[in-house]
Amino acid sequence: MTALDKAGLAPTPPLRERLQILMRTRPELVLAPVLLVVIIFVWEYGVVLFDVPNYILPPPSAVVVALWRGLDAGLFDRGGYWLHAWVTVAEVLLGFVIGSGVGLILGTVISQFRILDATLRIYLIAIQSLPKIALAPIIVLWFGFGLTSKVVIICLLTFFPLLVNSMAGFKAVDPERLELMRALGANPWQMFWKVRLPSAMPYIFAGLDMAAVFAVVGAVVGEFVGAQRGLGTLILSMNAQMDTAGTFSVFIVLALVGVVIHKVLRIVERRVLFWSGDGMRMIGS
Amino acid sequence: MNGEAGGRASVSALRSTGAVRATPAAVIDVCHVEKVFITVRNERIHALHDISLSVGEREFVTIVGPSGCGKSTLLKTIAGLLRASAGSVWVAGTEVAAPRKDIGIVFQNPILLPWRTVMENVLLPAEVQGIPLAKARARARDLLAMVGLADFENKYPMELSGGMQQRAAISRALLSDPKILLMDEPFGALDAMTREQMNLDLQRIWRESGKTVVLITHSIPEAVFLGDRVIVMTPRPGRITRVVEVEIARPRSIEVMGEPPFGRLTSDIRKLLYGLGASKTMPAGGIA
Repeated sequence: MTALDKAGLAPTPPLRERLQILMRTRPELVLAPVLLVVIIFVWEYGVVLFDVPNYILPPPSAVVVALWRGLDAGLFDRGGYWLHAWVTVAEVLLGFVIGSGVGLILGTVISQFRILDATLRIYLIAIQSLPKIALAPIIVLWFGFGLTSKVVIICLLTFFPLLVNSMAGFKAVDPERLELMRALGANPWQMFWKVRLPSAMPYIFAGLDMAAVFAVVGAVVGEFVGAQRGLGTLILSMNAQMDTAGTFSVFIVLALVGVVIHKVLRIVERRVLFWSGDGMRMIGS
Repeated sequence: MNGEAGGRASVSALRSTGAVRATPAAVIDVCHVEKVFITVRNERIHALHDISLSVGEREFVTIVGPSGCGKSTLLKTIAGLLRASAGSVWVAGTEVAAPRKDIGIVFQNPILLPWRTVMENVLLPAEVQGIPLAKARARARDLLAMVGLADFENKYPMELSGGMQQRAAISRALLSDPKILLMDEPFGALDAMTREQMNLDLQRIWRESGKTVVLITHSIPEAVFLGDRVIVMTPRPGRITRVVEVEIARPRSIEVMGEPPFGRLTSDIRKLLYGLGASKTMPAGGIA
């Protein structure tokens, strides 16, 4: 009776009911935000309760305050975040585009010639597994404290995922598709554009996802080693001043940069790879 | 041209059943083809041994045999995808050296490109061969209507069932209006019901389009149902053991499969393939 009355009076069910429906159908939509709130709550009051000093672990509220302070500064203020974020983003974008672009082109060219592929493969895979980030100090020594050294470091890091992944992608092209093209009398050019390249796309995008993560890592490490501007330098100087809340807030900015790049890639990927099953796309790798 | 060299057992078997015959209207002529593969471990595999076969215009020939009997190799040799180690293949009077436009192929898998719509997939041969797209598009529409996919031209392959995908592949193979349609176990991956329906449809498409069809299958009923002649192949080395004429009136309906002539033919072929049949007493195997 009452349920009927309610339904008659209110066109949309009340919040309680909607929550119950949501809990039954998509519980993660409720549980994930709740978890976040719980973590922040425990962090905030845990720090107070156990009397943790701010320079060891600041409460979230202090991080938010620091973040606000950094963002509230002028665009060209050396103490604010905008200038440094801009420098880091420029490094990341330049390095990512150049490094992954060259990697993709080289991987593509190598894949089209069997001898080249067979000869170079072992070396390239060996280099792929080296910790190239360790070369950052040398690269800063060679290219200076400016933008160039960071871009070179990022190029080095983003080059190999694209090189190796595009080579793997071209190698994995379904031979049946190639036989079909051969039966139709296709020339090598047509085989490449109509079958090989589209077939390799899932691998290429997996490489781009990886390269995007490496690009941000490369920028920060490059700035740690030697730089005058950038979010990495900001973290170093804040750390030296024991401004841990500030460090966390810069970390949030860096995370946002990474998330935005990842999202943009995802949107492009969804357009290009609409035909590829979800299982083929790697999550976050 | 049509194989007079005798001596070998398989060749005399062919002669006795009339596989090698001088047909004036022959569209495909396979003359004493041998194919030997060398594997990575340097072993020799004798895939085809002294294969001779001619297929007349508008004829429907089916090839049946167990796996490894070289039937796919034979089809690929006719298509120009493989070169014979010895012997020659002639299509429409010229020797086959490479894939050609007057041969359409349907493979076991539909091999549709997943990033293209059905229409774009059917148009692939036109793009590759430089046929004007406007004209090809009209033809593609007709073909898709013929195979029952008229409303699916803008769908993507993943939205289609296996049978529908194979229909699209058949349309693609027919786009450049080839004289000959070669089919390599085209319905092998389909369930039995869909397969029977596809057999009926293929018979209709063949009659409507007037193509010469060579179809490979490992299903004996399918071979008998579709073929004017059934070529029976056996492995090690792959050779033609027998050619069986199927004298069942067209168009054949599914009910044909339950009738005595059909049963006789299938059981004879089965005996041949299992090595049980006395090769001299083949009651239903027609002699040309």
